[in-house]
Amino acid sequence: MLNFSDLLPYTDVFLGGLATTLQLTLLTTVLGVIVGTLCASIRQYGNKPSQRAVAAYVELIRNTPFIVQLFFIFFGLPSIGLLLTPWQASVIALTINLGAYSTEIIRAGLSNIPKGQWEAAKVLGMNFRQTLVRVVFTPAFEKIYPALTSQCIIVMLGSAVLSQISVQDLTYAANLVQSRNFRAFESYVVTALMYLGLAMLMRYIFGLIGKRVFAFREAS
Amino acid sequence: MSLVKLDQVHKYYGDFHVLKGIDLDIKAGEVVSIIGKSGSGKSTLLRCINGLEEYQQGGISVDDKEVTSEDIQVRRLALSVGMIFQNFNLFPHLTVGENIMLAPTIVLKKSKAEAQTIAKAMLEKVGLGDKFGSYPEKLSGGQQQRVAIARALAMNPKVLLCDEITSALDPELVGDVLKVLEQLAKEGMTLVLVTHEMNFARDVGDRVVFMHQGKVWEEGNSKKLLSDPETEELKQFIGAVL
Repeated sequence: MLNFSDLLPYTDVFLGGLATTLQLTLLTTVLGVIVGTLCASIRQYGNKPSQRAVAAYVELIRNTPFIVQLFFIFFGLPSIGLLLTPWQASVIALTINLGAYSTEIIRAGLSNIPKGQWEAAKVLGMNFRQTLVRVVFTPAFEKIYPALTSQCIIVMLGSAVLSQISVQDLTYAANLVQSRNFRAFESYVVTALMYLGLAMLMRYIFGLIGKRVFAFREAS
Repeated sequence: MSLVKLDQVHKYYGDFHVLKGIDLDIKAGEVVSIIGKSGSGKSTLLRCINGLEEYQQGGISVDDKEVTSEDIQVRRLALSVGMIFQNFNLFPHLTVGENIMLAPTIVLKKSKAEAQTIAKAMLEKVGLGDKFGSYPEKLSGGQQQRVAIARALAMNPKVLLCDEITSALDPELVGDVLKVLEQLAKEGMTLVLVTHEMNFARDVGDRVVFMHQGKVWEEGNSKKLLSDPETEELKQFIGAVL
C-alpha cells in the first residue's frame, strides 16, 4: 500500500533539490528576461543585420527541444574545448531558452506602443535610449506581463530535465529517492506538488511585482 | 525678426506631392492659425517645422537654426519648439507631475527640486494645480490636454506648435483648453495652430493661413481674412465650417 512516511528520511534530499530548482529559476528568470528585453529591442528597433541575427536565434531555440539544447551545451561544447559544469550548462541553457521565448513576447509589447509616445518624447528632446527606458518599457511590459509570467513558469517547470545532466534539482531528488526506497508513486506525487507550489508561488510573486510596477492602472 | 521661416518647402510622400512650395514667415509673439480641409497638408506642414516629418526641397529655420529631420537636430530643436498633439500623448505610467518633470530632468539636466518647482508652476498656469500626483487616465480629455500643454511649457519653448489639439475633445471641454491658449497668447507666446476652431482663430489669432492642395492659398490678418475672403476656395471652406 501507499506509504508516504517512507519519504521522511529523505526530507533533506527533497529540500536540497527544491533549493537548487529555486536558485536556478531565480537566476535564469532574471537573466532570461534581460536577454529577452535586449533582443526584443534589437528585433524591434535595430538595423537589418542585427534584426536578422536575433530572429535566427529566436527561431533556432523555439524550434528545437530544450533537452537537445541542454545536451548540446553540456555534452557537445566540450568537443570544441568549452567544458562546463552541470550548473553552468544549466544556467546558460535556461537563460538562452527563456531569452528566446521572452524576446517574442516582449517584442509584442514594444510594437504595441503608439507612435505618438515616441513623437511626444522626441519633441521633448529625449533621445532613443531615454525614450525606450523611461517612456516605452513600462507600458510595453504591462501589456505582456501575464504572458511573460507564464513563460517564466514554463521554463521553471522545464528545468526538470536538468536532472539528466546530474544537476541535483527537485526531479533529481525524486529520482534518487524512488530508486532507493522504491516508493515511486509517493515520491513523484510529492515532487509534483512541490512543482505546483513553486509555480503558484511564482505567479504570486510576479503578481506582487506587477501590482507595484504597474500601479498606474489601479491608482484612484 | 522672424522666428519661424519657411522658404519654398516641398514635401513628397512617394509620388504624392504634399507641400508645393510653402513660404511662411512667423514672427515672435505671433499667433498663426493654419486652416484648410483635411488632406490640404496643414498637419504635415506643422510637423515639418519641428522635424517630425522630413521635407525634400526648400528650407525651414527656427530661431535662425536650420531644421532637418536628423534625430540629433530634432532634439536640439526641441529646446526651442514645443509641440502638442491631438491625442495628448501623455505618458500613461507617469503621474501628471512626473510627465512634466521628465524632460526637464533628463534632457535639460535640472535637479529634481527645480523640475518640481517648474512642473507645479506650469500646472497652476493651466489650472490643474491639484492634479500633480494623478495619473493621466484619471483625467478628462480636456485636463489631459492641459497637462500636455504644461509639459511642453516646462521646456520653455520659443514657439508652441498645436496640431488639432481640441479635435479629440468633447465639445464642452474645448473651452478650457482654448482659454489656456488664449492666456499664453496674451503672455506673448508664439503659437502656430492647425485648428478647426474658427472663432478662436478670428478672436485670438493674429493671422490665418489657408492651405489648399498643398499650397498657401490665402493668408492674412485673421479678422479680415475670415470675414472677407478673396478666393473662392476659402469662401467655400468658411461656408462649410461655420
